[in-house]
Amino acid sequence: MKIDRRSFLALAVGGAAGTALTPLPWKLTDDSSIWSQNWPWTPVPEKGENSYAFTSCTLCPGGCGLMVRMVGERAVKIEGLEGHPVNDGGVCVLGLSGLQLLYGSTRVKTPLKRVGKRGQGHWKKISWEAALAEVAEKLGQLRDDNQSHTVACITGSKHGTIPALFKRFMTVYGSPNVMTTPSVGDTLEMALQVMHGVEAQAGYDVENADYILSFGSGLIEGWGAPVRMFRANSAWRENGTKVVQVEPRLSNTAAKSDQWIPINPGTEAALAMGIAHVMMKESLVNNDFVESYTEGYTGWKKMVLDEYAPEKVASITGIDKMVIVKVAREFAGAGKPLALCGRGNGETPGSLAEAMAVHTVNALVGNINQEGGVVAVPIPEYAAWPETGLDNTAQIGMAKDRVDGAGSDAFPLAASLLNRFAAGAMSAKDYPVNALLVSGTNPVYSTPGANDFKKAVEKIPFVVSFSSYMDETAMQADLILPNHVYLERYEDIPVMAGLQKPMVELTQPVVFPMHDTKNAGDAIIELSNAMGGSIGDAFPWESYEACLEETLGDKWDVLSEDGLWEDEAFQPAGWGEAFATASGKFEFMNPDMDLMPSYVPLNLEGNASTFPLLLMPFDSMRLASGFISDPPFVIKAVEDTILKGKDACVEVNPATAKSLGLADGKPATLSTPKGEARVRIYHYHGIMPGVVAIPRGLGHSADDKYMAGKGVNFNELIGPVEDRASGLDMAWGVRAKLAKA
Amino acid sequence: MSTQDDQTHAVSEQETEGPAAPIILFFIIGFAASLVLGWGIFPKLLYSQKHQPINFNHALHVEEVDDGCESCHYFREDGSFSGIPNLESCMECHEDVIGVSEEEEKFVAEFVVPEREVSWLVYSRQPDCVYFSHAPHVIAGKMACVECHGHIGESDHARVYEENRFTGYSRDIWGKNIAGLAKHPWERMKMDDCSKCHVRENVNQGSVQTQKGGCFVCHK
Ligand code: SF4
Repeated sequence: MKIDRRSFLALAVGGAAGTALTPLPWKLTDDSSIWSQNWPWTPVPEKGENSYAFTSCTLCPGGCGLMVRMVGERAVKIEGLEGHPVNDGGVCVLGLSGLQLLYGSTRVKTPLKRVGKRGQGHWKKISWEAALAEVAEKLGQLRDDNQSHTVACITGSKHGTIPALFKRFMTVYGSPNVMTTPSVGDTLEMALQVMHGVEAQAGYDVENADYILSFGSGLIEGWGAPVRMFRANSAWRENGTKVVQVEPRLSNTAAKSDQWIPINPGTEAALAMGIAHVMMKESLVNNDFVESYTEGYTGWKKMVLDEYAPEKVASITGIDKMVIVKVAREFAGAGKPLALCGRGNGETPGSLAEAMAVHTVNALVGNINQEGGVVAVPIPEYAAWPETGLDNTAQIGMAKDRVDGAGSDAFPLAASLLNRFAAGAMSAKDYPVNALLVSGTNPVYSTPGANDFKKAVEKIPFVVSFSSYMDETAMQADLILPNHVYLERYEDIPVMAGLQKPMVELTQPVVFPMHDTKNAGDAIIELSNAMGGSIGDAFPWESYEACLEETLGDKWDVLSEDGLWEDEAFQPAGWGEAFATASGKFEFMNPDMDLMPSYVPLNLEGNASTFPLLLMPFDSMRLASGFISDPPFVIKAVEDTILKGKDACVEVNPATAKSLGLADGKPATLSTPKGEARVRIYHYHGIMPGVVAIPRGLGHSADDKYMAGKGVNFNELIGPVEDRASGLDMAWGVRAKLAKA
Repeated sequence: MSTQDDQTHAVSEQETEGPAAPIILFFIIGFAASLVLGWGIFPKLLYSQKHQPINFNHALHVEEVDDGCESCHYFREDGSFSGIPNLESCMECHEDVIGVSEEEEKFVAEFVVPEREVSWLVYSRQPDCVYFSHAPHVIAGKMACVECHGHIGESDHARVYEENRFTGYSRDIWGKNIAGLAKHPWERMKMDDCSKCHVRENVNQGSVQTQKGGCFVCHK
């Protein structure tokens, strides 16, 4: 019997026919659909009983209360805490994605010591004992050589026990060089110091205002306490509060406002002065306040009437004269008008004269310390411990001038000028910086002039980072002493985000620390003990938790119970008692410091013929641009008009694009005097001709594959421009050029 | 003419190369082999056999407890269903050995003492793409456990758990019968079985959340 091709065919046909009569094909089809809808490698939440743990968010200064849904020991979802005075159940997309910062891949899991070159990312794991001993030894050596003042320290926030512990360490160690991460809050604090004579933060009673005039503030784009502002924005819609947004670009805030007034970039102060001019000229001011509670009004009024006539302001700002007059009248005619400043999300300080100009617009209608107005809110100062005496070395060190010049004759108002640090460290005019400690901030990424900042850090022989994440600054460190992330640690958070009452929140651990990390507070206490002597004496606490409990005193009980301490009884001081200036009144001008509300044009870097465009940044709720960078969920949510593929999009008015021959969606090279980057063109009618804008928060080089290498870091394209009055960075943009790539 | 030629040609071929195997035979071999494979071998290959960490005796427990199934499988305060009890619940009684069974001894030694959760294999676990809540069925629909889970409460040992090697889920979902035939609901719990009952009882033909029909009832 011969077996041929036909036999095999017959066998196969028979097999196929038979198979069709078995469950095999149908079952496998069903199984493959189940398998492909439930990839075994896709993480799914644990199963089990849900419970909730309560804490506060620290991912931005907004201070939202959180409830974290737990299954056993595993945190599975972050939700906003209902009834919380800041966010009442709301939460932003970054806050929502916080679990990826806890469980994600960017964490530093143990203390690390650099083994390769700086920035190469080659590390060796070491123990906490060894790491702290090494820091103690290096710092001890510098101190023995009378070089304690050459050690600098940068912390994220200004207030609360963690920055206070770092500052205390630096003081007893003997260095005045403690810097904090700047924001518009610093500028506003200075404005209150000059005009009110008080140390206070500016609070805004946005909920009770009935007319909002925003000078470029990204009211729903991260300004102030973001979730509180979303809620306020919804309330404004419902109760008919008019929102006027003054901004060169059609931002989300502008798009949602009742009136958008496009303005030439950087001329907001001129508009504020023009509005003041109209109000004074037409006698629309609050006479009671101006006459009885202010000083220097007449002189300042004369200056404003002379210099800021609407015609002139119109030519500076590009806003029609009648619009200026109309807005001034509306503002003055509203029941509780409120003017706000701080561009975008408020991370850049801006000019002091401008903050004062906007504050004056408020003062003229008498809404200082009033319902619906600006409130000078005292800064909770509980993190102050008894002095423990400085030894000789520390005294000598503390007497040295600061590297950044803060508090010097040139900048008497400033407590910290991070924008001046890189230049100071590079020039080593008085002395070099020999060591740097960084905690709770990522200045190598987030300081304007980022490349120069990085160069300055590269020059510093010993850099210690306390970051929980492998960020750009940690990459430049010699040692990383990783902090617990916020969901694993205790920390007090005085909320400084424009709230109208003093408030302190407590971040509490909702899970046990996942890795071999340590609260930065404990690390600094242990470091001090390792150094001993008067340094150790200044840190008598057994642990950070013990320090926190003792420091917070009565507040601890409330905080550990409710997670929140609010000064319920706080009432803004009446006009009679509110001002502690030399005159005891609200001061329009400070002749001693040659300071007054005015328009100070920014001296933009670069010349107009090489760099014909103005480049400004914009913020988005979907892009974190500070210490924290976007976790994977959030970067996924960024629109493709902001990030396309790996390219950041630059918004260009179609008219400008046409004149430069730049087609929509095509790659281009964006250059500024500071640097150059590949971008993609996005034709956008919402931006003025001649102005281009790029998002902040992109262009990370560190972090994980989800974040690194996407777009461009705006801070690498701009340098700081010093405000002569405050010393802070007043740059809102930079000159730029766009060319086909 | 041509017919005559073809026949001559065919005859000569047979003569030179021997008789051709009957095609039908090969067809039958293929057919029969695939039937054996599909009905007999395939199910054995598809499922692996696993044993529960502890050979649990439902009958014994039901006798001892006051509240029947609900003593251990209860609704939590938030309305979610506890499912298989965790170690903590077991330890309410079994902190120490209280009976005489070897399995209990093993349970206490291997799980209670080291405080290790038991990784029970769940026969009735639906794939993760399915949203299922007990509350509307048991509380609102007043269905008894036995209606879907059968007489598991009367069993005195834990059955072998057959795990689909492909999907990782229990064989109970498709049903013991590889053809997918079932007499009782607890013999099979596929999508069609859910919808059959929902249609028959005329309940929730649409999603509670989205008010959309069909898929959205169970696939959110
Ligand atoms: S707004 Fe800020 S504080 Fe609130 S959830 Fe978002 S990141 Fe956290």
